[in-house]
Amino acid sequence: MTTTIPVTSEPAPIAPRELVTPLGLGDRIFYRGSLLSGLAVLAIMAAVGLFLSMQAVDALRVTGVSFLTTSEWQPDRGEFGIAAVLSFTVMIALVAVAVALPMALGTALFITEVAPARLRSTFISLVDLMAAVPSVVYGLWGLFLFQGQVIGFSRWLSSWFSWIPVFRVSGADPSSPLVNETVYTTSTFVAGLVVALMAMPIMCSIMREVFSQVPTGEREGAFALGATRWGMIRSVAIPFARGGIIGGTMLGLGRALGETIAVYLIISPRFDISFHILEAGSNSVSSLIALRYSESSGFGLSALMAAGLALFAMTLAVNFTASIFVAKSRSGASSEA
Amino acid sequence: MMATDLLDRPTVAGFGQQAPATTIPVRAVEAEGPPARRPLGGVSRADLADIVGALVSALFTTLLLFKHLTPLSGPLGFVVVFYAIFLATYAFLVSLTEARPAVVDKIMATLLSSAAAIAGLALVSVVGFTLWKGRAALTKTNLYLQDMSSAGPADPLSVGGIKHAIVGTFMVISVAILLSVPLGLSCAVFLNETRSRAGRLVRTVVDAMTALPSILTGLFIFATWILILGFERSSLAASLAVSILMLPIVIRSADVVLRLVPGNLKEASDALGAPRWRTVWHVVMPTARSGLATSVILGVARGVGETAPVLLTSGFTSSLNLDPLKNPMVSLPLATFEFVRSPQPALIARGFATAAVLMVVVLVLFTLARVLGGRPAGHLGKRQARRVAARSARDVARFDLMAGAGR
Repeated sequence: MTTTIPVTSEPAPIAPRELVTPLGLGDRIFYRGSLLSGLAVLAIMAAVGLFLSMQAVDALRVTGVSFLTTSEWQPDRGEFGIAAVLSFTVMIALVAVAVALPMALGTALFITEVAPARLRSTFISLVDLMAAVPSVVYGLWGLFLFQGQVIGFSRWLSSWFSWIPVFRVSGADPSSPLVNETVYTTSTFVAGLVVALMAMPIMCSIMREVFSQVPTGEREGAFALGATRWGMIRSVAIPFARGGIIGGTMLGLGRALGETIAVYLIISPRFDISFHILEAGSNSVSSLIALRYSESSGFGLSALMAAGLALFAMTLAVNFTASIFVAKSRSGASSEA
Repeated sequence: MMATDLLDRPTVAGFGQQAPATTIPVRAVEAEGPPARRPLGGVSRADLADIVGALVSALFTTLLLFKHLTPLSGPLGFVVVFYAIFLATYAFLVSLTEARPAVVDKIMATLLSSAAAIAGLALVSVVGFTLWKGRAALTKTNLYLQDMSSAGPADPLSVGGIKHAIVGTFMVISVAILLSVPLGLSCAVFLNETRSRAGRLVRTVVDAMTALPSILTGLFIFATWILILGFERSSLAASLAVSILMLPIVIRSADVVLRLVPGNLKEASDALGAPRWRTVWHVVMPTARSGLATSVILGVARGVGETAPVLLTSGFTSSLNLDPLKNPMVSLPLATFEFVRSPQPALIARGFATAAVLMVVVLVLFTLARVLGGRPAGHLGKRQARRVAARSARDVARFDLMAGAGR
């Protein structure tokens, strides 16, 4: 008694099954709907960008390349450009980042490495709160409290370091006892310091996020080899987080470039290019728009839009560079637990 | 035998002799029980003494410098000199007992803590200054019950109020929430549920949109809605501008939160045969609920405080307006801005009161976000956990009932 196995002369080739699941009605509606919302966001953004560029082209056609080199702002006479406004904007942002970077880095490292673990979430909330404080409140604080305190420092800086061109102040004489303090107010420096406080929380939260992702194994490896806490930070945490530090700094720079109301309240506008950051008077693209939008109509408005577009292009470039750096840092954001 | 002798030097002299047996030293310590644990963290008494000593020494050295030895003056200079002397003294004190790396470690820890302290001081100063300057007006009820239509610029704080700005803020922000939150959340779901080329494009564009300076959203609405389409300045126009501003914030933070929903939960739902939309509605969204609430509230806190887009779109008024479609409307940040721009001291005091009210609104929203959120996806609060336990108890009872009926 033997089992007979039927032998098929030619085994039929097995076709792989198709893995397409037919979508139900609910899913079809769901996918269409979510696609629609994505496209709506895309459309809104495209509308903003396209409209601004179209309007800006009107203004740019009149000035041409001199839009980048003119520092005057008189659209009615056809004489306008962003040389002064944009350079002041960049200087305010640079002062802000120069002050905010060590503060943000120190705070982020303090929260992740030094602070006791049970206070950590409180400190994180405080930094987030700092980001949520409205900019007009920062502006009030800067105008009515901070500016008065910082003038002394400005004067000290200008009288001891005026051999560095950036710190020179025209009209200030340190040897004269009757120093007029108004030569130091409403300056790029003061505005930059206030904007630094607004840029700091963004930078800090990105850096903290990256520092908290430093692998425990590497961290403990450093300690096992006898590193002190600072030794571990220097040799493990900071190299690991370098991408996040650079990216966070650039995001802060983007925020600083676009700040409107606080800068508007503090500075007094001027339209000549000056790289002396302690000198009275400064400017920025967004405060220029806030200042001039009501008095200009038609062509003046498209001139303002051209300035706004230049600012947007700059923040966009900064943000994309930032996101490349953040993505290149060794931090994953997916969880598959 | 020979192998162990090789290491034993004294026996090498008498080579060939019988090696002595290995002796194991008896430890006296074991009799005293397990050794005490060394403290790994925290501040020891010696550390504390170093810090306090350095502080006291720096304080008196600085006082001596400022009062008697040099013509230095000014509070800021005092603090800076004090801090420098403190650091130097502290480094010296630590170096008496510790090696160089430990000294560097202590100094760097001090520097990091100081950076955080400066940031904290700035926050306390900003919030405290605003609330303190506005305290006189905050306690007066007419601030909340009247508008500015009957009050002149020089009138004292007991006349007039900011009812119109409070109402205006809530009208602007609630329409903006209606416009941006549903769109933002569904867009975040779209980014998470599809891996298409369109999704990647939308994500890139949303990233770009966060770079949009806030004043440009206002300028865009001003040029299109008001100048080209011919609508008048109203709270609706302001809502449009604010919702364009809030949209990328809501999408980005909701996207991050949704990405943190554990993959195995979604797969479990798929494996049970649920269609995608049911998975999203019944698994993904409830799991991420607290995080989503946080992202919405953070977007709202940002939208409430923005002045620039409202400045261009809503106009300015000093009386109450309840119609979102017609006539100018004023909001808290804009009212603050307009009050403070005037040279009149009474109006500046009003500006601080308005800023204080705005600050309170933001603080309340922020606390709400912390209470609701702050938990990672899937972790339940006490009450939520109790509700889930009750529901599953009901399910067990239902199953028992069905099993009984089937039998």
